Amino acid sequence: MDAAGHDDIQHHVRVYVMVFIALACLTAVTVGVSYLHLGRAAAIGVALTIAGIKGGLVAGYFMHLVSERKVIYWVLSLTAVFFLFVLFLPLLTVNEAQ
Amino acid sequence: MSDIAIPYMVKPHPVTGLPNGKLGIWLFLASEVMLFGALFSSYVLLRTGAESWPRGADELNVPLATVNTMVLIISSVTMVMSWASLKMKNLAKYRLYMGLTVLCAFIFLVIKYFEYTSKFHHNHFPSTSNFFGIYFTLTGLHGIHVIGGIIVNVYLLTAGTSLWHTDPEHFTNRVENAGLYWHFVDLVWIFLFPSLYLL
Repeated sequence: MDAAGHDDIQHHVRVYVMVFIALACLTAVTVGVSYLHLGRAAAIGVALTIAGIKGGLVAGYFMHLVSERKVIYWVLSLTAVFFLFVLFLPLLTVNEAQ
Repeated sequence: MSDIAIPYMVKPHPVTGLPNGKLGIWLFLASEVMLFGALFSSYVLLRTGAESWPRGADELNVPLATVNTMVLIISSVTMVMSWASLKMKNLAKYRLYMGLTVLCAFIFLVIKYFEYTSKFHHNHFPSTSNFFGIYFTLTGLHGIHVIGGIIVNVYLLTAGTSLWHTDPEHFTNRVENAGLYWHFVDLVWIFLFPSLYLL
């Protein structure tokens, strides 16, 4: 690897360390907030928001999604659509239950 | 037959712009999203449909799970550092970081073992309630993924390393693909932890 490439990886390594610190702090925050015994909606909102940020950091930087090829974005977009469909599929049964 | 190489394992495919292995692992991860997504949807349905549902923290061991969350996050960092070490042509550091990744994976499983046996001693089994049913299903499936990751990473740490001496770029790509899988296992836990233990 040439010198420029080596420096590029060194920059990546610094980013990984920053992301690790952020993930550790967010883990502490999400556990800390759970001891506050917030209302159900607020607790779910805070926990899933923090999990979403943590997941975004892992996918974006450790999995290099921030600088990935377009074909991967298309694959993941399609997956997201189907994932949301599966997640909200039970809503279709609401009327039957009533 | 041995002279015929599988195309585009190192160089990007002209259509996708990616090596075939990398596209393959992303498609596999897409199917994994659907597998865990379906179970997560089942969890939401069971929970919203139940007359009462226990708070995770009242039934499960939050401190142990917090330690396990940190163990997996550390293993993700060491995994990506093992790939970065190969990019910097440093095989010794690669071995160190990959070894630490495998060690963290084993620590995660040992802690999970203590969690499970504690539940069994208190007569909490998958058949006990819907809560424990979905808890054991989701964490069990995740645990199987951790074991799968250990098998791949141990191979890349031992016999698989021979590829480094003949085709270092190909080996680096393999480690990157194994890393994508490992980070996904970490990502799943990041959502399972608050959903099962904290809410």
